[in-house]
Amino acid sequence: MVQVIKKYYYLILGAAAGVLNGLFGSGGGVAVVPMLEKADIKPQKAHATSIAIILPLSIVSVAFYLWKQNFDLMKALVYIPGGLLGAVVGSLLLKKIPNDLLRRIFGVLIILSSARILLFK
Amino acid sequence: MPDWLVIGLVSFFTGVTASMGLGGGFVLLIYLTAFAGVPQLEAQGINLIFFLPIAALSLIFHAKNKLIEKQPLLPTILTGVLGVALGVFLAGVLGSKWLSKLFALFILFVGLRELFHKKPRKKSAPDKSHESA
Repeated sequence: MVQVIKKYYYLILGAAAGVLNGLFGSGGGVAVVPMLEKADIKPQKAHATSIAIILPLSIVSVAFYLWKQNFDLMKALVYIPGGLLGAVVGSLLLKKIPNDLLRRIFGVLIILSSARILLFK
Repeated sequence: MPDWLVIGLVSFFTGVTASMGLGGGFVLLIYLTAFAGVPQLEAQGINLIFFLPIAALSLIFHAKNKLIEKQPLLPTILTGVLGVALGVFLAGVLGSKWLSKLFALFILFVGLRELFHKKPRKKSAPDKSHESA
């Protein structure tokens, strides 16, 4: 029974992640990570599993975006080397920097950014 | 500041925050839309393509460390694909201007959640030295 409930739960979780990914081109993890944690998956595993879910969804989103939207693929490529380097550094720093403080700083930064978009765009 | 330096810093910071589970996908998207003046839909496409190699790299590390839970993968990906189709359709209907406002509200919600999140309780035996303060 628990397995059946979990399956429905995962169906809803997937749909929510998919809508966010298709709508905003990001943000699937915001829904997936806490929902996986609620399904008794440990935070570190929830984070890793969320990437395993969002990567295929992002591939589908990219296909849709390339089909539906007219944009230059090359514009994305310039950001990839720095991003890969940052991902490696971030993985190494993960346990050395207080994640709690970083989350709050990150929160303030995106609140300010949202205000900028809402007020000035 | 030269363009290449801005691109380097933004992409590096995005990679760092993404790998630390801080919702790093937003950093590049926010830079592109709020500061570089890229239309929302185009910025989202760039962000998605940027995410693919970084996620693939992270996934290799996570799989090696046996951190991937297999049970949720099939059902979530199946409905996720349908969700993506709906999301892309809605994005097209809304258009860049309204989509950027909706995105701003979404990151406002995420920002507030991050700012006021509760500290996770450690399940292991508490360190008494921190309790006297």
